[in-house]
Amino acid sequence: MKFTFSWLKEHLKTTASLNEVVDALTDLGLEVEEVSDPIRKLNDFTIGKIIKAKKHEDADKLRVCKVDTDNGETQIICGAPNAREGIFVVVAKPGVYVPGIDKTIGVGKIRGVESHGMMCSEKEMELSDEHDGIIELPSGEIGEPYGNWLLKNDPEKVDAVVEIAITPNRPDALGVRGIARDLAARGLGDLKPMDIQPIPGKFKCPISVSIEPDTLINAPVFYGRLIRGVKNGLSPKWLQNKLRAIGLRPISTLVDITNFFTYDNNRPLHVFDADKLNGSSLRVHDAKGGEIFNALDEKEYVLSKGMTVISDNVGVESLAGIMGGSGSGCTDKTENVFIEAAYFNPITTAYTGRELKINSDARYRFERGIDPEWAVFGIEAATKMIIELCGGEPSEVVQAGEIPNHGRAYKVDTARIESLVGMVIPPDDQLKILEKLGFVITGDTAGVPSWRPDVQGEADLVEEIARVVSLKKLQGIPLPRVSNSVPKPVLSAAQLREQTSRRAAAGLGYNECVSYSFIDEESAKLFGGGDTVTQLENPISSEMSHMRPDLLPGLLQAASRNQARGFFDMALFEIGPVFNGGNPENQTTKLSGVLIGQTTSKDVHRQNREVDVFDVKSHIENVLFSIGAPSKFQILRGAESYWHPGRHGRICLGPKKTLGVFGEIHPKVLSSFDLKGPIVGFTIFLDNIPIPRNSNTTRPPLRARSLQAVERDFAFVVGEKVEASSITTAAMGSKKDIIEDVRVFDEFIGGDLGDGNKSVAITVRLQPTENTLTEAEIEQVSKSVIDRVESATGGILRS
Amino acid sequence: MDDLRLKYIKAISDARDENALEGVRLAALGKKGEVSLQMRELGKMTPEERKVAGPTLNALKDELNSALNAKKTALADAVLNARLETEWLDVTLPSRATNIGSVHPISQVTEEVIAIFADMGFSVAEGPRIETDWYNFDALNIPGHHPARAEMDTFYMKRNSDDERPPHVLRTHTSPVQIRTMEKSGAPIRVICPGGVYRADYDQTHTPMFHQVEGLAIDKDLSMANLKWVLEQFVKIFFSVDDVELRFRASHFPFTEPSAEVDIRCSWNDGQLKIGEGNDWLEILGSGMVHPKVLSAGGIDPNIWQGFAFGMGIDRIAMLKYGIPDLRSFFDSDLRWLRHYGFASLDQPNLHAGLSR
Repeated sequence: MKFTFSWLKEHLKTTASLNEVVDALTDLGLEVEEVSDPIRKLNDFTIGKIIKAKKHEDADKLRVCKVDTDNGETQIICGAPNAREGIFVVVAKPGVYVPGIDKTIGVGKIRGVESHGMMCSEKEMELSDEHDGIIELPSGEIGEPYGNWLLKNDPEKVDAVVEIAITPNRPDALGVRGIARDLAARGLGDLKPMDIQPIPGKFKCPISVSIEPDTLINAPVFYGRLIRGVKNGLSPKWLQNKLRAIGLRPISTLVDITNFFTYDNNRPLHVFDADKLNGSSLRVHDAKGGEIFNALDEKEYVLSKGMTVISDNVGVESLAGIMGGSGSGCTDKTENVFIEAAYFNPITTAYTGRELKINSDARYRFERGIDPEWAVFGIEAATKMIIELCGGEPSEVVQAGEIPNHGRAYKVDTARIESLVGMVIPPDDQLKILEKLGFVITGDTAGVPSWRPDVQGEADLVEEIARVVSLKKLQGIPLPRVSNSVPKPVLSAAQLREQTSRRAAAGLGYNECVSYSFIDEESAKLFGGGDTVTQLENPISSEMSHMRPDLLPGLLQAASRNQARGFFDMALFEIGPVFNGGNPENQTTKLSGVLIGQTTSKDVHRQNREVDVFDVKSHIENVLFSIGAPSKFQILRGAESYWHPGRHGRICLGPKKTLGVFGEIHPKVLSSFDLKGPIVGFTIFLDNIPIPRNSNTTRPPLRARSLQAVERDFAFVVGEKVEASSITTAAMGSKKDIIEDVRVFDEFIGGDLGDGNKSVAITVRLQPTENTLTEAEIEQVSKSVIDRVESATGGILRS
Repeated sequence: MDDLRLKYIKAISDARDENALEGVRLAALGKKGEVSLQMRELGKMTPEERKVAGPTLNALKDELNSALNAKKTALADAVLNARLETEWLDVTLPSRATNIGSVHPISQVTEEVIAIFADMGFSVAEGPRIETDWYNFDALNIPGHHPARAEMDTFYMKRNSDDERPPHVLRTHTSPVQIRTMEKSGAPIRVICPGGVYRADYDQTHTPMFHQVEGLAIDKDLSMANLKWVLEQFVKIFFSVDDVELRFRASHFPFTEPSAEVDIRCSWNDGQLKIGEGNDWLEILGSGMVHPKVLSAGGIDPNIWQGFAFGMGIDRIAMLKYGIPDLRSFFDSDLRWLRHYGFASLDQPNLHAGLSR
């Protein structure tokens, strides 16, 4: 919402400066977004008088002028034809920036003669396009700043323009008068009275108006009046200037008048060219659906059932509260004009505007709620201005429907208001503020003025009082502690685990990413998503069309972008939500990492190598360990199809409970990501990791035996697809009370083992508990290990 | 006797290596060594003679033993020094490479925020990113026709044409977690709700996903003045400044009444932001007293309970605190950016160590 300072003063009697007004507006909740105040810039220019002007000896069109300025007599060369003795001029002295030519004036020589400044045209100061010559002032005082002179003599030219942001609850502040009312309530002046007298009609209105009974709820009241014999055309300069100042394009007097009231009093009006209407009646009704409406924006709209429209005998002429029709719009030739001032329901106006995607000043106002009482004043005020500016003769006013009942009042609970705001505000002051805002105080209740549709309860009164008193005055009051003790920990087990796993992954050398939660359909499909239920209705681009089913595609895309920048080896991870459906409950939290290329950058110690599955296996185990996941788990296969079928493992508690997956990503999936180098990854299903039920901090006692442990190595020849874990499990189970640990330390394929075989070597660690083991005992355990492993795997001890 | 001493002291001194030294030791103190043989003679002496010769011989034996030991150490040192001279590495070669990971600024700042509010008794709640329009709008006093709905650039989930339910939305703010928390725990409440939110907007300063933290405190007598104090504490600790001035400006949000935008005093010089001084104001958050309709929607009686709520952008305060220029870069996963603006894995924020890094 834009307005000029002088326009504001038409409604507000005030001595406040522009700065005071601007500060107060922001503080009142009418946030000032921009102020353009031309005076300050124009005050760089000062008034001078040409004492003498003679032709430049070396240039026909230039004149050498002696100018009296506040710096004394100065010589200025000027090319303007009107530069002559005796006139008051506007001087830019050396050092002054002249916006119209984008130059800072210096001392220079023009064709050999020194010039100490410049005499300016309006264009050069960006006041207008006027550039026929330099400015000639009718009066002036040498050295007076030009901005101040304009303020005294031609204030419109230096009118400050203020733009404020309007929150949706303040339709009243979409009119200058509403803004003035707020300032008056704040104590920055007095609201000037508005005297609107009804203008008697000279004849009966030849156009009748009716509202269909079904439509009364959406269009409760409609006032109209014909003015015949008007002369439309360009509006007077003052009106054009006013509209231009706030960024509106003057169109014609009749249209400009409606725009004036839209901004002056938040009262949108519509004017029909009465001669273009078919028949002599207007009907407000619900659209049937399917009607074609040609609007003033020269677009064609297909209406839906239930939209409120205004029709003549042939068809729709106006979309209520949103936009008029092109067929009955006013032009320079309009002689008979029909004015409409109505009230339309904000909700239906909002839905209609949204559906047809029409943004107009009228819709913006009607959907926020205009003052229904002002419909009748609006038509009278507009009539007065039309007659003044266009001539003509008004008819009587026709009316359909009644102004809707908006009366309501709420209790002013002054004590509760103080308690909510946390500031002392004397009850009398509270009531006074409400009164100045137009509330009608009766006892301890406040009747809501017709222009404040947003006030719908006691809480709204609190806001009114708080903002007018000024929240600047608010002093902080300590929030009492929940108890008089050290604060308790606040994180849930799941939250703590997320934080810990993040830092564990970073500690393993992974860089944390945060990617968008939506990805392209193709990538989503590769990872088990991409269906309609996870699709966005209005994505910002096709790259962001579906909610991600997994974190890996985002990380792979990130890796691909980094490779395009020349970084080939990397470790990236992300923790975040993934979506397996379109409902709130279809969200789980995962942690995924990808490891790409070489383990480290190429180095002199020759330790770097290509990353492989066992790197990520180590990393996933590390992260799981950091968050206290059970240390005993199985490694199973059969994870989602985007993993390499033979080179991945699921870390499981039983066949159904998967804590995470690690492995190579399926080459087919990778092929669509444009990535170089070996790529392995892992995913942890954070929600699946059991949270220990026991909150006991006591640990089981440490059983560090004093007897020395004995280690024995065994190698078995087994089928190549026999898993090492089946060997260690069998060995471990052979003598549970003595075998403390079984580790695989070698795997060998080839040699004389024969096709389809491999050799797996294990170290078995025996920990005696009572006595040192004898050779015979060790021999017995060894035999048991060999038997168990052989029978479990079908392999044989390698001799 | 003196001759004997001089002979062996010289021989020890002249020994070139351990073998030669051992030869000297055997010649003097070995079983058949000269000194040993003389010691053996002591038995044959008269007590008077022995009284004289005994101590002399013992002293000689001790002296030779220490000389031998000293020489042995000297020889060993010489050997070691000779070896060390050959052992030389170019220690300017690069170290064995390791990969150093990092924590994203959004995660770090979220943890910083949690640390501060935890001290004031706020716990942490989370909610789903796909929300029903009831939680995201209606329950927060934003009915279907409300202009705020259109202004929020909401992302909607696709609905099958036979599905009559209003489409779910990607939450446009973290405020729905307020309602979910009220429903779950009832009053009193002190909670913050950090997390990602979505709006269909993408330009220099907007990304379709960003992060907010919501704060909610409900009790019987909380006021806006308490809210101001809480935010003052937060800003001071978060930006590590001793004093800061907050400016409350009246505003409007459908879910609070009264509502205020909050600015902090700051200065901008050459692109450098300083909090707590200067003549500029920086808008950092929106806040207010929870609207009675919102309390009711969450199942809390507004006649008994009242409280405040606030919401601010995590990415935004991260940018301000750590001087990160471009919001879009947060989500681009550029390794150079992650390493430059990221945080060390062990740098977990806490109040006793302070929150400035």
